[in-house]
Amino acid sequence: MREFKGRPVVPGQCKATALVSHKGFNTLASFQKSLMFNDKTAKCSDQNNCDLYEKPMAKTALCMPQTIGSTTGGLVLFSAAAMGRQPACMLFSQPIDSLAAAGCILTDVWLDDVNMPTIDNLGEEFLEYVKTGMSITVKEDGTVIAE
Amino acid sequence: MKLDERQQAILNGSEGDVKAKVMKTLVMYGDAFGAEKMVPVTGKYNHLVTSFGLSVMSEMYSLMDKLIEAGAVSEQKFSVDPRPIDKNIPTNLMQKLFFKIMYSKQESYENQLNKLGLMDKNAFTCACYFDEVGNKPQKGEVLSWAESSAVVYANSVLGARCNRNSGIIDLFGSVAGYVPYFGLLTDEGRKATWIIEVKCEKLPQAQILGSAVGMRVMEEVPYIKGLDKHLGNELNENVCSYLKNFGAATASNGAVGLYHIEGLTPEAVEHGQSLIKSDAKIYVIDDAELERVYKQYPCIWKDVSAKPAMCFIGCPHLSIHELKEWTEKIEEGIKKNNRSKVALTTVLTSAPAVIEAFEKTEYAQRLKNTGVILSYICPLMFMNNPQCGKMPVITNSNKLRTYTSARYRTDDEVLGIITGGEK
Repeated sequence: MREFKGRPVVPGQCKATALVSHKGFNTLASFQKSLMFNDKTAKCSDQNNCDLYEKPMAKTALCMPQTIGSTTGGLVLFSAAAMGRQPACMLFSQPIDSLAAAGCILTDVWLDDVNMPTIDNLGEEFLEYVKTGMSITVKEDGTVIAE
Repeated sequence: MKLDERQQAILNGSEGDVKAKVMKTLVMYGDAFGAEKMVPVTGKYNHLVTSFGLSVMSEMYSLMDKLIEAGAVSEQKFSVDPRPIDKNIPTNLMQKLFFKIMYSKQESYENQLNKLGLMDKNAFTCACYFDEVGNKPQKGEVLSWAESSAVVYANSVLGARCNRNSGIIDLFGSVAGYVPYFGLLTDEGRKATWIIEVKCEKLPQAQILGSAVGMRVMEEVPYIKGLDKHLGNELNENVCSYLKNFGAATASNGAVGLYHIEGLTPEAVEHGQSLIKSDAKIYVIDDAELERVYKQYPCIWKDVSAKPAMCFIGCPHLSIHELKEWTEKIEEGIKKNNRSKVALTTVLTSAPAVIEAFEKTEYAQRLKNTGVILSYICPLMFMNNPQCGKMPVITNSNKLRTYTSARYRTDDEVLGIITGGEK
């Protein structure tokens, strides 16, 4: 078990199973199929991401360095959240990027019944340590426990 | 973040609850990046990324309705990304049916866009900065744009200042009239943290070079050396087209919002190597590296040896210069291969205003004679239809490759295949 401390961009708490992408998470490429075809588990459709491709993303603790790709990214994340297909939390090893920040903040401000804790700046060590399938606990102050 | 009197008043609800919520979103967005203030949007027009009335995005339409009902509409007019459907592109019954279901909100969404401040009924393109479209910002102007390929072009080639905003945030900046001051809006944020040394024998394919750079630097700012040797020092039509395609690949394969090219792009010409941060990392790109990058692209066709059924050229949209160039190349190709028409359904895409201008030239008929379809569509939206995604489609766009099942081919390979010279 290890504890990491990051910055809560959107504070909150949750417990979920880790799903880890070691490369930039392409939000549009990852979510677009599941959004269009009523896939409630939100299987990742990004062919370029071998860590995540075809794995369910909904309700996971999604761990990544940052997000990349189309500027629809934030809107896609917001739409996924509105449809209940969002990850339980978003955990970034690096400082959050503008698209992910937009998606998480839009979700927080405009969707009353969704809380998706978002923590950034968890550090490279976090991404080296955490493995898909580990249990993740997120606390209000940005503490993330991986075990 | 320190807000001025007007900004604080908006946040406090002086212009209504909805606008207050818009401002709250922008403040939180800025806070995430340590922005200390908001600055006015100074560009004449905005550009939005969300052009599609996808039926499943009901929450977005409801948000747009809230803005319209509250009168919180854009203070600027705006252009928007390409439309997702064009009847000129041949589709079978199932594809048509899926389009009808998928984009069932298109008409009502376009009505919303009109109410929110769409420039004109044809302002649908990802390349709004073309002269024919008329949304070309000036150097130093502050924008609230989205559309990754347009943002990277506006920052790098035109010297405007814009962060890689997401859909909705783009509109919010325009509604509030302010954007948080951070990242690519600041002098410091525009400095390069990567040096890219291009050591290729000849001018590299823009789409592969952009892909290599994007995948390596992610969202950082690269300063590219050695490319002016091939491109020269003038931002002419050829070079601007190259940079458009290069930038789109950096932005979709990575998250680049700004690049500098030594001796060529405005800030690199003005400030030279003083734009490079002292601890910048170095990435050397030669022909072998580009070959390595190209070979690693996965092909997710069901049958990887399938004969291509369709080809898209123009993601991002083609300039009028590129349309003419492709017309000439396709004509030569089919002549060389003793054909009268292209060998497979081939679609060139461009902005409605560019197509209108192109139609007035002699090239329009020449292109038509080759059997090529000219369309204003967004190829990405077309390919998102699962019935279309199943087809073996080729493209010279690295952006289209990244987001869909389309298979990337270089310009020469694409030309060979569509003109029947290569299988």
